[in-house]
Amino acid sequence: MLDKIWDTHVIRDLGDGWALLHIDRHVLHDLSGPVALDLLHARGLDVRDPDMVFATPDHAVSSQPGRTGTTYAPGGALWARLREGTEREAIRFYDVGSRGQGIVHVMAPEMAIALPGATLICGDSHTCTNGGVGALAFGVGQSESMHALATQTLRMRRPKAMRVRVDGALGTGVSAKDLALHIMHVVGTSGGIGHAIEYAGEAIRALDVEGRLTLCNLSVEMGARSGFVAPDEKVFAYLRDRPFAPKGADWEAAVAAWQEIVSDTDAAFDRDIAIDAADVAPVVSWGTAPDQSIPVDGRIPDPDAAEDPAVREQMRVALDYMGLTPGERIVDAKVDWVFVGSCSNSRLPDLRAGAAVARGRQVAAGVNAWVVPGSWEVKRAAEAEGLDRIFLDAGFEWREPGCSMCVAANGEAVPPGARCVSTSNRNFIGRQGPRARTHLASPATAVASAIAGHIADARKL
Amino acid sequence: MQPLTIVTGTAAVLPLANIDTDVIIRIERLTQGDQTTLGKYAFEALRYRADGTENPDFPLNRAGWRAAPILLVGPNFGCGSSREGAVVALAQNGIRVIVAHSFGDIFYSNCFQNGMLPIRLPEPEVLRLMALSEEGGAPFTVDLIRQVVIDSAGEDHPFDIDPLRREGLLAGLDDVGLSLRDGDLITAWQASDRSRRPWIWNPVHRDAPGRARSGEPA
Repeated sequence: MLDKIWDTHVIRDLGDGWALLHIDRHVLHDLSGPVALDLLHARGLDVRDPDMVFATPDHAVSSQPGRTGTTYAPGGALWARLREGTEREAIRFYDVGSRGQGIVHVMAPEMAIALPGATLICGDSHTCTNGGVGALAFGVGQSESMHALATQTLRMRRPKAMRVRVDGALGTGVSAKDLALHIMHVVGTSGGIGHAIEYAGEAIRALDVEGRLTLCNLSVEMGARSGFVAPDEKVFAYLRDRPFAPKGADWEAAVAAWQEIVSDTDAAFDRDIAIDAADVAPVVSWGTAPDQSIPVDGRIPDPDAAEDPAVREQMRVALDYMGLTPGERIVDAKVDWVFVGSCSNSRLPDLRAGAAVARGRQVAAGVNAWVVPGSWEVKRAAEAEGLDRIFLDAGFEWREPGCSMCVAANGEAVPPGARCVSTSNRNFIGRQGPRARTHLASPATAVASAIAGHIADARKL
Repeated sequence: MQPLTIVTGTAAVLPLANIDTDVIIRIERLTQGDQTTLGKYAFEALRYRADGTENPDFPLNRAGWRAAPILLVGPNFGCGSSREGAVVALAQNGIRVIVAHSFGDIFYSNCFQNGMLPIRLPEPEVLRLMALSEEGGAPFTVDLIRQVVIDSAGEDHPFDIDPLRREGLLAGLDDVGLSLRDGDLITAWQASDRSRRPWIWNPVHRDAPGRARSGEPA
């Protein structure tokens, strides 16, 4: 599948696996977008194909109800630079308060900007998310973004091919996020370096498109720049009639081509991992790397049990930062904050899963709990089915779309020393704010934890 | 971009695994300043104490390593966010070469856009270089022409690098100039792709027939 997409996009073979690769879609956000546009401007270059570029603010805008682009003042300058830069270059810009605005990796599939078999880049490492619809999507730096604005290409080396095959069926109450965290625990944070990951097998095909987006989202946490799932009828049904989906005869031709993207039965992989879906439980991270995780009914691991002294030391540092004691049950950890949102888990099915747990219950005293829908479209759809009321009645805040507390670049952060169960993708030291303690989990686990006041198993609530 | 051929100097040691780009440069430094002043914020949480004074235990604060042009680091260095400010911040501290067993893929690519040489070596060799550097002694030399790291004991450690990447660093050129030369080729490729994959092109054409009826947001 990697080779099929790659070969379709080679403009010039540069030798040694390198190619001048055509980029079909380029998404800009308020943090890296203005820098790339400025770099372009400084060189006296123009945007080559503005119709292939799409922009929306997400990182540095507030998610506060009633917000504008400048509610978070330091981000206001970035928002204004993105708005002015895209206007100057005739790039489509989806502003706060309008359809199309949202977290880049939520809005791109939702608007059908991301398409199967297309190459898509964005100046954000979680661009791999878009592989959920079968795109070859990867994050780039600001210089590469500028390069693509100027040429609609990148000079890239073909990654190695890795497959993660998940056979069997996920258990009740086990989500795509749990599967992603489980896979990461097996593969490790560097196991995917230099590779593009294809997720395959019965349990992957059974996931809805949003679940596949969640799964692909965490590819970069294993070191892989891209992750994808072969497109199928679910993807075609998801994309059909969305704003930038092909129409009429183009649609028919596209679907015929997309059906050919799947890996051949004899395809070879540089790395092949097999996972049994029956082994996957709801997972919670305990450390400061996303592969440091255990099942929600497990106990905090003991560094002394690790054979490798370097691993032992990493575990000690992580437990010290997290304020956890080896041997204790993770469900005994008291929670101060809960964040449901981010490009991992802020789509409609995520909010439905959270609302199913929140319905008729109350957030525990002393817990601050936020729900931040991933896009204008998700927010509107959730409100149409009354999910906002369920969360508000339970004591959650219902906020405006953006990256919010996942990236803490917008004035929204977990306070120092506070413990947060978060549906995001990074539990790095300081990621959600200086000295913030992050536990990665699914929406159901996060909402259950908000209600219990400690980390909780939604299946037992 | 400053060309890179031979770099000689001390090599600071930062052995922790998985140092992510959030640790190299905090996101607030990217939202609140411009990119010319990132250097002083590199490794901020490790480099300074809570009261803002320097943490004397942090390797880059040691007298001999303060101006080190070479970094010897733990595996999976630069994992996480794609922020190029991480490379910019290191470069502004005078760092030209980073040696590790492995790097985050995006960080690795970003290095070459900023005149920074990331070198991958087997883990035992990285540990050996770290041990030698801790002992002090003669400076290290990194020779990109010969593709070797010469340690303080005078021993050569050859490394691999893509020829295209090497040429770019030696000449001080990033990719854009080269790709712009292929402008006509790109135009021709796109023209043929329009008939091969019309579904990639037609939906985004603002002047395409039916555009206004296709549900595109204003």
